[in-house]
Amino acid sequence: MRRLRLRGRRGGAPKPIGEARVEAAMFRRRALAGFALIALCLAGLGLRFSFLQVDEHARLSARSDANRILTRPLAPARGLIYDRNGVLLAENVAAFRLEVTAEQAGDVQDTVRRLGEFLPISDDDITRYNTLRKRKRSYEGVPLRLKLSEEEIARFSVARWAFPGVEVVPYLTRAYPLGAEFAHTVGYVGRIDENDLNRLDAGEYAGTTHVGKTGIERYYEPRLHGRVGYEKVEVNADHRPLRVLPDRVAPVPGDNLYLSIDARLQEAAEAAFAGRAGAAVALDPRNGEVLAMVSVPSFDPNLFVNGISGADYKALLDNDGKPLLNRLLRGTYTPGSTIKPFVGLAGLELGLRRPEDTVLSTGEFFIPGQSRAYRDDVRGGFGRVDLVQAIARSVNTYFYSVSLDMGIDRFSSYLSRFGFGQTTGIDLVGEGSGVLPSREWKRARFNQAWYPGETVIAGIGQGYWIVTPLQLGNAVATLAARGVPHTPHLLRAVQAASDDRPQVLPLAPDQASVIDRAANWQAVQRGMIEVVQAGTARAVGGDFPYPIAGKTGTAERYSRTDESWTSISASPIERHQVLFECFTPADDARIAVIVALEAGRSGASDAAPIARRILDTWLPGDQQRQRETLATSDGGGP
Amino acid sequence: MNAALLAQLRDHLGSLWRRPRLDLPLLGALLLLMGVGLGTLYSASDLDRGQMLAQTLRFVLGLGVMVVIARIPPSTLRNWTPWLYTGSVLLLLVVMVLGEGRGAHRWLDLKILRFQPSELLKLTMPMMIAWYLNLRPLPPGWSTLGIAGALIAIPVVLVAEQPDLGTALLIAASGAFGIFLSGVAWWRIGVVVAVVAAAIPLHWRYFMHDYQKNRVLTLLDPEADPLGNGWHIIQSQIAVGSGGVWGKGWHHGTQSRLEFLPEHTTDFIFSVFAEEWGLIGVLMLLALYLFIIARCLWIAANARDTYARLLAGAISMALFVYVMVNGGMVTGILPVVGVPLPLVSYGGTSAVSLLAGFGVLLSIHAHRRNPGAG
Repeated sequence: MRRLRLRGRRGGAPKPIGEARVEAAMFRRRALAGFALIALCLAGLGLRFSFLQVDEHARLSARSDANRILTRPLAPARGLIYDRNGVLLAENVAAFRLEVTAEQAGDVQDTVRRLGEFLPISDDDITRYNTLRKRKRSYEGVPLRLKLSEEEIARFSVARWAFPGVEVVPYLTRAYPLGAEFAHTVGYVGRIDENDLNRLDAGEYAGTTHVGKTGIERYYEPRLHGRVGYEKVEVNADHRPLRVLPDRVAPVPGDNLYLSIDARLQEAAEAAFAGRAGAAVALDPRNGEVLAMVSVPSFDPNLFVNGISGADYKALLDNDGKPLLNRLLRGTYTPGSTIKPFVGLAGLELGLRRPEDTVLSTGEFFIPGQSRAYRDDVRGGFGRVDLVQAIARSVNTYFYSVSLDMGIDRFSSYLSRFGFGQTTGIDLVGEGSGVLPSREWKRARFNQAWYPGETVIAGIGQGYWIVTPLQLGNAVATLAARGVPHTPHLLRAVQAASDDRPQVLPLAPDQASVIDRAANWQAVQRGMIEVVQAGTARAVGGDFPYPIAGKTGTAERYSRTDESWTSISASPIERHQVLFECFTPADDARIAVIVALEAGRSGASDAAPIARRILDTWLPGDQQRQRETLATSDGGGP
Repeated sequence: MNAALLAQLRDHLGSLWRRPRLDLPLLGALLLLMGVGLGTLYSASDLDRGQMLAQTLRFVLGLGVMVVIARIPPSTLRNWTPWLYTGSVLLLLVVMVLGEGRGAHRWLDLKILRFQPSELLKLTMPMMIAWYLNLRPLPPGWSTLGIAGALIAIPVVLVAEQPDLGTALLIAASGAFGIFLSGVAWWRIGVVVAVVAAAIPLHWRYFMHDYQKNRVLTLLDPEADPLGNGWHIIQSQIAVGSGGVWGKGWHHGTQSRLEFLPEHTTDFIFSVFAEEWGLIGVLMLLALYLFIIARCLWIAANARDTYARLLAGAISMALFVYVMVNGGMVTGILPVVGVPLPLVSYGGTSAVSLLAGFGVLLSIHAHRRNPGAG
C-alpha cells in the first residue's frame, strides 16, 4: 500500500488534496512550536548577554582596563653543531637587524621607501617583511633588513629622528666557520618564509627569524631550535612598553649537536678531490657513523643565512658543476664493477657456485642460442678464473655467467639485502633511492617485459643500475661488517642545556648478518684484498700498514653498443664515471670508504688515490686509538 | 532532459531582468543585517578598507547568486535535489582524498578560488531531506526516520572527520529540523534525543580529537589555561562585559583594537559588536535575526507543497543555529567551534552559501500557494 503510493508520487505529482491539507496544518503547528523554541533560546542568549553586560559589567570592565599587559616572546638560542672532536661547525654570532613597528611607523610603505635612500633594501626584503607582518600584531616589530653592516648602522643613526617605529635591534645570527666544506652536511638556516610558517608551530617560533633549510640544520630543527620563552610587559594604550614585569619564562636554548664527522678527515677528503666533481663517504662499518662526507663542488652556506642576493643565487644555479646538488645523497652513478663482489657473493650464497669453481673467459660471452657478444675488458679474455681472480682482475665473463644462472628475480632479491634500490635512512633530508634492476621495477617504469640480456649486463653493474654514493658506501660498510647492516648516521652525541657534557646517543642493537655462510664472505674478501695487492688497484694498496680490501669501478659515461670498442666521443681522461670502494683492516674493518668521480680515466687511476688519501689521514688517529685500547686492556690485567 | 533543463534555466535568467519577484520585508532585513555586518567589520578590522571591499564584493556575489536561485522554481530544485545531494557528497569524498588546507582537510583548490564542498551541504542537506520526506507518508515512522537519519549521517560524519565540527553541526541541524517540521511524533523525538544523549559519552571517548575535547574542558574552567585555549573565552567575555548596557561606541572597543581579542573579524566579531554597542545593540541584533527567522517560517508555511515547506522551514531554523552557537561561544556558554555570525563575520563561503539559502526561500515565496496574498 505504502509502496504503491510512493511510486505514484515520484516525479513530483502533488499529494492527494486531503493528505496535503493535513500535512500543511501539521507543518504550521510544528513551525509555531519551532519558532517558540527559537524565541525562547534567543531570549536565553539575551539573558546571558545581559548577565555579562549588566551584572558582570563592573568586574569585566576592570579586567579590560587591566588588559594592558602584553606577552612578548623571547627567542631561544639555537643549538651549536660540532664535529666528533668538538670542532665548531655552526655557531651563533651577534649581529644587528632593522625592525619596523607598523603602528608607530604610520605609513609603512612610505617608511620603507624612505629607508631605501639610506640603506640598500631589496624587493625580497620587502616581500618577506610583508609576509611576516601579516602574522604579527601591529605593535610588534617585524625585521626588514638583517645583518646590518657597521656603516649601514652609522648611516641610519644619523637619520634616525625621521623614522619613528624603526629600530636597530641586536640579535644572534648563524655562521658556518668552515664554510663550503660542510655545506652539504650541516646545511644552512635561512629566514622563515611562507612555507615554513605553514609548517612550524606559531607559538614556538613567535620570536624566531630563522629555520633550518637543509642538511643537519633541517633534519634536527626540533632539537636545535629550543623552547621559546616569554616576558610580560606593561604597556600604555598606544602599546609603548612602560615596564617589564617580573614573571618571566626564560627560553630554553636548543641542544648542541656533536656529529660523527671528523673535520680533519673531511678536510683531507675534500682536498683530495682537487675540485673534480664527485662525492665520497667514509663510514665506520661497526656502527654506521659517517666519518666524512664530501660532495664536490660545494658552496658557501653563509650566503644563504640572511637572504642570498639574486646574483649570487643565479651564479650557483648556472654553474655547470651544480654546486647545490648533494652528490652523495642524490648523485646518480652507474656502479659498474664495484657491484661485482656483491654479485659474486650472491652466486656463492645461492649455491650456484663454490669459491673454487672456475669459468673460462675467452673475451666474449654468449647467452646460449643468441648471437650477441658480451665482452671482457681484455681482447682474448683472461683464461680460467675462480671467484678470487674474477674479482681481482674484474673478469666480466664470470659475472655474466653467474648472473644468467641466477636469473633477475634472485639477483635483485639478494642484492636488496645490501640496501640497493632503497634509501639508507641517513639523518639528512632528500636522499635518492637509486635503481636496483628488477622485473617489477622495469614493469612499473617502462611497462615492458624483462630480457635475459639485461640480467647479464646487470651482473657487471651496467644497464638500469643507479646507485647514490651513500648507498654504495652503506653496502660496502655492510659487507665490511661481515654482513651486519647499520643505518648510516651523522648525529653522535647531544648536549641539552641541562647537560654539562655531551651525551653519546645509544646505538640501535646490532641486526643479524645478511650473509648466511662466513666462508662465502671470506672468499669475496680474499678477492677484494687481491684487487689491492695484485689486481686492478695494486698501485694504491702497497705500503699501507693494514690489509685493504677494495674494488674499482669504471663505467662508461656514454652508452656503448657492443661494436664500438674504440670510437668513443670524449677524451680518455673524461671518458668514464669512476668509482673505488674499500674497507680496512680487511678482517676487522674500522673504516669503509667509497669515492665516486663524475669523469675520469679509470677507478684505479683516479678514484682509488683519493680513497688512499682519506685512509692516510684516518690512519694515525686509528693507530693512536688502538694503542690506547691495548694500554687500557693491559692496565686492567693483573 | 539536460537540454530541457538548460533551456528552462535560460528562460529564467531572461525573465530575471524583466520582473524580479522578491519578498521585500525579508530582503530589507537582510540588507540591514549586511549593513550592520560591514559597519562592525570596518571597526573590527581597524578601519581596513581592503577587508571591507572584499566583504562587500562577497555580498554582491552572494546577492547575485541569491537572485538567480530565486528565479528557479521549487519544482525544478526538487528534480535536481538527488543529483545535487549526491554530487556534494562525492565532492566531500574528493576533498577527503586530495583536499588541502592547513591541519584540516576541507578545502578544494580550484586555482581561482578555494572552495569548501561542505558549504554546499548546508543547502543540499535540507533539500534532500525535504525531497525524501515529500515521497513518504507523513508523519514519518521509524523506517522513514531511519533512512532520513542515514541521509544526514553520511555527509555529517565526512565533514566532522575533516575535522570541521561547526559545519557538521550546522548540516546535521538543517537535516534534523526538516524531520522535526514534517511532524514526527513528539515521543519519537524523545526516544531519538535520549539515544543521542546516551551516545555522547561514547563519542567523547572514542571519536573526538584532543583539541576538540580541550575546547569543551576549557569552557568549564577557562582560567586553567589563560594563554592557550582559555584565552579566547576569557578575552571574549571581557569584551562583551566591558561593553555594558550602552556600549563603548563604534571603533572604541579596546579589546579588539588592542588586539587582545583573537579572530575578531571572523568567529568573534559578535564580541566586538557587543563591546561597542552594548546590551541595547545586542538585543536589537537578536531581534533582527528573530524577525528574519519569523519571516522565513511564514514564507515556509505558505509554500505550495510539502517539499517547499520542509525545505524553507529547515533553512530558516538552521539560521537560528548559527546565531545561537556563535552567540553562545562568545559569551562562554558553548565551546569554541568555528561557526560564523551570519552575514556579519568576515569570510566568503559562508556569506555566499547563506544568501543562496535565502535565494531558495525567495523562490519558494514567489511560487507560494496563492500569490495574491502577503
